[in-house]
Amino acid sequence: MNDLLLISPILLPLLLLIGCLASSRHERRSSVISLVGTAVLLAACSVLLFKVSTHGTLTLAVGGWMPPFGIVLVADLLSVLMLWISALVGLVVLIYGINVGSAGTRPGHVYVLIQGLLLGVNGSFLTGDLFNLYVWFEVMLISSFILMVRERRKKQLAGGLTYVILNLLASAMFLCGAGMLYGKLGTLNLADMAVKLSSVGDPEFVNTTGALLFVAFAAKAGLFPFHFWLPASYHHAGPATSALFAGLLTKVGVYALLRIFTLVFTAENGFSSTLILYLSMATMLIGVLGAVAQYNVRRLLAFHIISQIGYMTAGLALGTHLALTAVVFYILHHIAVKSTLFLVGGVLEMKTGTADIRRHGGFYQSQPLLAFCFLVPAFSLGGIPPLSGFWAKLNLLQAGVQSGEWLFLAMALGVGILTLFSMVKIWNESFWKAQPSTSDGQPNTSDLPLARGKPYLAMLLLCALTLVFSLGGYFVFELSARAAANLADPTLYINAVMKGVTP
Amino acid sequence: MTLVLSLIIGLLFAAATYCLLRRNLMRVLLGILLLGHAVNLLLLSASDPLSRLPSILGKDGTPEFPETADPLPQALVLTAIVIGFGLSVFTLVLARSCFQQSPIDDVRDLGKEDRS
Amino acid sequence: MNSILLHIAARFLSWPLLIVSIWILYRGHNLPGGGFIGGLLAAAGFLLYDLSGHGRPDRGFFSLSPFFFLPLGLGLAVFSTLPGMLGAGTFMQGVWLPAFELPLLGSIHLGTPLIFDIGVWFAVIGFILLLNGTLAGEEPS
Repeated sequence: MNDLLLISPILLPLLLLIGCLASSRHERRSSVISLVGTAVLLAACSVLLFKVSTHGTLTLAVGGWMPPFGIVLVADLLSVLMLWISALVGLVVLIYGINVGSAGTRPGHVYVLIQGLLLGVNGSFLTGDLFNLYVWFEVMLISSFILMVRERRKKQLAGGLTYVILNLLASAMFLCGAGMLYGKLGTLNLADMAVKLSSVGDPEFVNTTGALLFVAFAAKAGLFPFHFWLPASYHHAGPATSALFAGLLTKVGVYALLRIFTLVFTAENGFSSTLILYLSMATMLIGVLGAVAQYNVRRLLAFHIISQIGYMTAGLALGTHLALTAVVFYILHHIAVKSTLFLVGGVLEMKTGTADIRRHGGFYQSQPLLAFCFLVPAFSLGGIPPLSGFWAKLNLLQAGVQSGEWLFLAMALGVGILTLFSMVKIWNESFWKAQPSTSDGQPNTSDLPLARGKPYLAMLLLCALTLVFSLGGYFVFELSARAAANLADPTLYINAVMKGVTP
Repeated sequence: MTLVLSLIIGLLFAAATYCLLRRNLMRVLLGILLLGHAVNLLLLSASDPLSRLPSILGKDGTPEFPETADPLPQALVLTAIVIGFGLSVFTLVLARSCFQQSPIDDVRDLGKEDRS
Repeated sequence: MNSILLHIAARFLSWPLLIVSIWILYRGHNLPGGGFIGGLLAAAGFLLYDLSGHGRPDRGFFSLSPFFFLPLGLGLAVFSTLPGMLGAGTFMQGVWLPAFELPLLGSIHLGTPLIFDIGVWFAVIGFILLLNGTLAGEEPS
């Protein structure tokens, strides 16, 4: 029974993918299959979350091949938290409704791709094998590539090409790193690798392969200086799709960084993580400066993703238990908040027909509900108490104080102010100021139909999640702390994977 | 054999890097393809039987097939080739439809396209 | 392309290719071969049939759509992972029937890994047909 539960986050999207593929000629049917199936997925992930939080880490040796020889799936608390929230975001995006556009005779194929994306994301969270992680990454990426350029608009294609090329380069780096590690250690199992790497005693080798994998994951996460693809492409995808990307794709990169660089490449194994802290600080600053200069609503938000990724990896670089707790909490908070903002941005664009916030206006008066859905995540992102972003940042700053990284503290506070500033900019331009009229005296509200679905229900659901993270912060924080304890002490993970196996 | 393999890998990486740094879009795509080959060979070199014991041990702990190379990297390469095949085809189709919409030949124009 | 030689040859070459691909598929568990290579061979037969002007680019010579092959193949592959969980085994664990003898073919050994390979075989055929249909510029239907 445990086995079935543990593989359900992989098996369900795969079955849904097949179902949507078979019925892709009928848009309605595949959307219903997708929606209902993802709700089941969320339920399964909730049960898994409950089970893991009460009974501890679950593992499954695929095909009965014992670790370290076979592929092993590992569901520890961090994996399960990520699985749960990605299923939730997937469901919300499907509720929001996806514009299938002019998709020809197979309008349902977009649901196939979304399930493919969820499949890749869930697989990456569950696997305990380095090469298997690569395969799941590729499953996720190929789905995202096609979703990105689905409508074949000119700008989409140009942005998509940048995205594809940079991600292919990152994948090549990943494979190099994995190949070199296998050549030296003779294993791909992460837990086994962690054990064997500690006895290599060759800092050059550890740092070279570590750097290769770091670049690969950093490019997926959007860390400076590998972030260029992100603001070039995200805002060209459809609103629902971009919300899914914003919530999940970069976070898979962050998850991989968290996993590999707390388990395999640790300071004890001779990996030097000083560079990660400085890159993180640069990422925070570059991202927010890009956002301050932008007027395209979803592009501005895309720059914010980069800046926030910097906070998360900075916590990883600090590496203490408190810092890791803050990172886990930060990831959960950020997925909820960022997806909401992208969904709101999508509604703004569809209502006005333009992404330029200088030509928006008056939404506070005409759409108070939309204004609410923007305010909650925007304030949370800016770190206003008592919203979730405040708790996330507070803990990260505390961890910074503990480690005595004063430069990081100053940077985090300054970037926080700039973040709030750019959120206020969207608020002022889109919501607060009066609606601008175009030259011929007509207000520029084009009546573009919203994508079929329930956008407001979706946004309110995510807002509610943000409020739960804010007001129930203590409970979520405790879960994060337990997940982080598993990260801070690699032996817990190693023992869970290698139980009952004599070396 | 090890030397030849290393030289070929190095040459492929060099050629791939050179192509990737060109401004011509087609060259960049060629660079990606070459890089894929370089990485696959690098993976294959991990199965070098001289550097490590074969992975299949007999009951008494000695290698059962001392002459055999480690089969796992070959499985990895096979997987990587299949994935790389799919991705290359997709990238080429993407470049083609990008080129059909507006004849972009210079990678710097991709960015310009975005700002306009 | 319209070549009379190819047109006639394709009719006689496509079937043998399909049969060889099934043989390669079957021997693949312990010998070189398997679902992927077998699928490529079968798809090559289909493509040959198409290139010689017999059919439509996105169809095989059974005139089946790639959207028939893809879900069927993936479905078989997923299905094959489940029987292992019924007994004492786990996800994706192989379950084999006892081997039996057949005249001409020798000892036959059937099990879930073979079903997985058949699934891959179908999926690869579907993929190549879809690819051919898309690159040849026809909207698959």
